[in-house]
Amino acid sequence: MAIDKDQVRHVAKLARLAFTDDELDRFTSQLSRILEHADQVSALATEDVPPTAHAIPMTNVFRPDEVKPSLPQGKALGIGPEVEDGRFRVPRILEEA
Amino acid sequence: MSELWRLGAAELARMIAAKEASAREVTEAHLDRIAVLDDRVHAFITVTPELARATAGEVDARVARGERLHPLAGAPVAIKDILCTDGIRTTAASRILADYVPPYDCTVVERLRVAGLPIVGKANLDEFAMGSSTENSAFGPSLNPWDLTRVAGGSSGGSVAAVAAGMAPLGIGTDTGGSIRQPASLCGVVGVKPTYGRVSRYGIIAFASSLDQVGPIARSTEDAALLLGVFAGHDPMDATSIDDPVPDYRAALGEGIEGLRVGVIADWMGGDGLQPGVKARVREAIDALAAAGARVGEVSLPVFEYALSAYYLIAPAECSSNLARYDGVRQGHRAANATDVVDLNTRTRTEGFGDEVKRRIMLGTYALSVGYYDAYYGKAQQVRTLVIREFERAYADFDVLVGPTSPTTAFAVGEKTGDPLAMYLSDVYTIPTNLAGAAGISVPCGLSDDGLPVGLQVLGPPLSEPLLFRVAAAYERARGPAPDPPLWSAP
Repeated sequence: MAIDKDQVRHVAKLARLAFTDDELDRFTSQLSRILEHADQVSALATEDVPPTAHAIPMTNVFRPDEVKPSLPQGKALGIGPEVEDGRFRVPRILEEA
Repeated sequence: MSELWRLGAAELARMIAAKEASAREVTEAHLDRIAVLDDRVHAFITVTPELARATAGEVDARVARGERLHPLAGAPVAIKDILCTDGIRTTAASRILADYVPPYDCTVVERLRVAGLPIVGKANLDEFAMGSSTENSAFGPSLNPWDLTRVAGGSSGGSVAAVAAGMAPLGIGTDTGGSIRQPASLCGVVGVKPTYGRVSRYGIIAFASSLDQVGPIARSTEDAALLLGVFAGHDPMDATSIDDPVPDYRAALGEGIEGLRVGVIADWMGGDGLQPGVKARVREAIDALAAAGARVGEVSLPVFEYALSAYYLIAPAECSSNLARYDGVRQGHRAANATDVVDLNTRTRTEGFGDEVKRRIMLGTYALSVGYYDAYYGKAQQVRTLVIREFERAYADFDVLVGPTSPTTAFAVGEKTGDPLAMYLSDVYTIPTNLAGAAGISVPCGLSDDGLPVGLQVLGPPLSEPLLFRVAAAYERARGPAPDPPLWSAP
């Protein structure tokens, strides 16, 4: 299944990535080739085959709910690119009323 | 200059415990070697002499107090720069994390410290472990110690090149689709992909969470087995880690393989893409296993032909969701002059990620999007079930499976960078094991006609690591000492 330039543009928007027109052309052709190869999976009959999300069977992993020391706020926030008053700072999200 | 860097990890630790050398001397010998060679090999993104010296000093103090030490205490290790280290920058070889300094250690690093293994540096990799040559690193490629015009393989190419070049006797990598075994094969060292869940992923920067697994790299099976023993085992911080006791991986190394049922994967040995010199060395290695008493047969596993396709849907899907966190808000790079939050996210990610990471995010986003989910991601997960069943069928007749690790020896720098699909194909023999969550090891089995190393891959079911080490060790005894790379003699 090939992917066209408009679809690549749409997926880029979903993925929060921006491409120049040249990059869009290159990605369209590369992704199409990879998807053609990936499409080989459709040749296998998989009716009634359950999907595997996790290869090692494991269900309901429980642990005691104990309070333990965690990273102090300052250290956790220390990795943020912009921090103010103990919070991560971001550009305005809502317009002023 | 000290020649201590030529020795294996267990031997160095034995000398340290016996006071024939100090841990500090051993660490300095390797730091010197890095200083002399790494301009040319580029195995490291960040060298960590202070961290290494601190650990080595502690080991020497413990020796002086007469304490009983771990059998690898004092042996230096190069760790892939995707393992978080408290206070030391951890880049994942990405511009987006170029200045990221984690506020905590991953569990693996914590266990290395407890056992007394000095960390000499954070090793290079393909960005976010996505690639097969380290050419996707934002810091430039690591080169192959056998031929500096060729790639070290990837994505754990830096850790592997460091071990092959004598800059550390031990390395740690991650293997999501072959990222330990393939570079180990290309650089002529031992690389192990443990069972999924055998090693904690806490503090390992995520690529594809259902496939990622940390494993050891060394120049001998014994050193690799001991190193896995340092960091394997359950961790309450990783709910997917397996709560089974960790066996003594060294215990079975001498047992031999008399009567062991070894299945040769016929589809691989007869396949088109296999380099003749690789095929010949692997065939000789299989003959050596037979001569050592193994009962060798052939097995056909036709479903494996589809494993690569399934992997390149599943891994990108998981990557696109894992890497959504790099949004310029909580960690890493933030783009300047953004007008709103969506613009901030988009500019940050566009500036911060390299092409291969973008390709995989795009593939994954597409495979998970409305209208394509069933045809791609859903179907790939069903193929994953078929791969697991195919392995189970084979293990009814055989104890282990063998074949080549990679279809070719190390390729030239730049040879495959223009063709992503050609690059993906170098992992065609390693990927089924990751899909099945199983274990595998690559052991050097001689040089191809081009003078470059070839790897024999031995595969087993989940938690079969002791058996894999036993087979690899038996093969090493039959093979004799592996040749050293040319860098070994020229300083």
